Amino acid sequence: MIADIANYISTHSAQLATQITAHIGISLFALIVATAIGVPCGYLASKSSRSEVIVTAPFEMLRVVPSLAFLIILIPIMGIGILPAVTALTILAIPPVLLNTSVGFRSIPDFMVESARGIGMTERELLYKVRIPGALPMMLAGIRTALVEVIASTTLAAKIGGGGLGEIIFTGLGLNRTDLLVLGGLLVAALSLLSGVIFDAITRKLLRYKYV
Amino acid sequence: MPVIQYIDVCKKFAGSSRYAVDRVSAEIESGEFITILGSSGCGKTTLLKLTNRLYDPDSGKIIVEGEDISNVDPVELRRRLGYVIQQVGLFPHMTIKENITVIPSLMKWDKRRMDERADELLELVGLEPSEFRNRYPHQLSGGQQQRIGLARALVLDPDIMLLDEPFGAIDAITRLNLQNELMRIHGGLGKTFLFVTHDINEAFKLGNRVMVMNEGRLLQFDEPHEIVRHPADAFVQSLIASARSQERFWKGTV
Repeated sequence: MIADIANYISTHSAQLATQITAHIGISLFALIVATAIGVPCGYLASKSSRSEVIVTAPFEMLRVVPSLAFLIILIPIMGIGILPAVTALTILAIPPVLLNTSVGFRSIPDFMVESARGIGMTERELLYKVRIPGALPMMLAGIRTALVEVIASTTLAAKIGGGGLGEIIFTGLGLNRTDLLVLGGLLVAALSLLSGVIFDAITRKLLRYKYV
Repeated sequence: MPVIQYIDVCKKFAGSSRYAVDRVSAEIESGEFITILGSSGCGKTTLLKLTNRLYDPDSGKIIVEGEDISNVDPVELRRRLGYVIQQVGLFPHMTIKENITVIPSLMKWDKRRMDERADELLELVGLEPSEFRNRYPHQLSGGQQQRIGLARALVLDPDIMLLDEPFGAIDAITRLNLQNELMRIHGGLGKTFLFVTHDINEAFKLGNRVMVMNEGRLLQFDEPHEIVRHPADAFVQSLIASARSQERFWKGTV
């Protein structure tokens, strides 16, 4: 089987490269959009217990739907291809980002906020200098969770023509070829691990103060 | 002219039936070291927070340096008043130098001026600048953190310092050192200090005058020896009696 896999890689290298690039591209795009939505929503959710319910409830509801089901529900609305795939992945990735961001903002102790006000910070300065840096560790933890989820789930995007490494796996399923299943699975796993390692390195850089 | 005047100041919090600060009037002269003494919930912290507009009074007036503070922008007022709290509240993601100069950096001081000011203040609070300026708060002991809290509050050279139980969470020996250094700093700078504490020994040691508070009322405002000699009421008397009984314990006459 190893020979089969090696053979497939050598004959399909260009196609594989496209699929890996597509996989990374779709995942990153979904993650960036999810962060752009999840972080501000998480901040709003942290403001009061009422705002938390209002902001969190819709995403909690969407979360109950399995991602594969969600992809298929989107077909009649958005058709097939990359757009519904990215939409589904984004919706999948928002909850961890949003919830962690909210917890991050809530974890800042009252006395810290009070001392910042007491020394003469405006509310805006307080947000940028104290609250956002204070919430950042949890925020990053949420984005990391979303990253790993999205890379795994992007595999399913191939089901609705979204491209990525899922194509190899679904081809393998269709043709009953174990070598393709193993290759696809390994590549997704490797991508997931690698992105985690890179993300952790970035986190360490951003949160230097925790590691001295 | 007094540097701070409290005129019939009242403050009640939503959901509370009684006043946290109840008709407090007092005048503080420039350069005084005032301690505000009382047990928890007596309104001493509230009085301090009314002074820098973290709270606003329900009625009454507070005059700081001749200005009714209700007409002063809170942020501008707070930059004129140093503020130190018990939990210090240093920002964990900033170095010691960045913590001290956080407001100057927001005010766009140039870098050299901030560096010099940070070093100057580190020396003032008794910490070696080269050793401490680039550390992070979590690398410091509680006592050292509180010294940084003090340095941060002094950075804009305020005429008035508000200190809310700054040594409340610090061990007895470090506390004694910090008290002595605070007196040295006060003596050297000619600033007015308002220092909140629940410790009668600390209040009488540090304050040239002491405000004794209970249940929102200012019971007595006088020099320590006057309070000991002529306690204004039964509460002040019991406060002094409790300190005396502790003293007897140390002398071994109990």
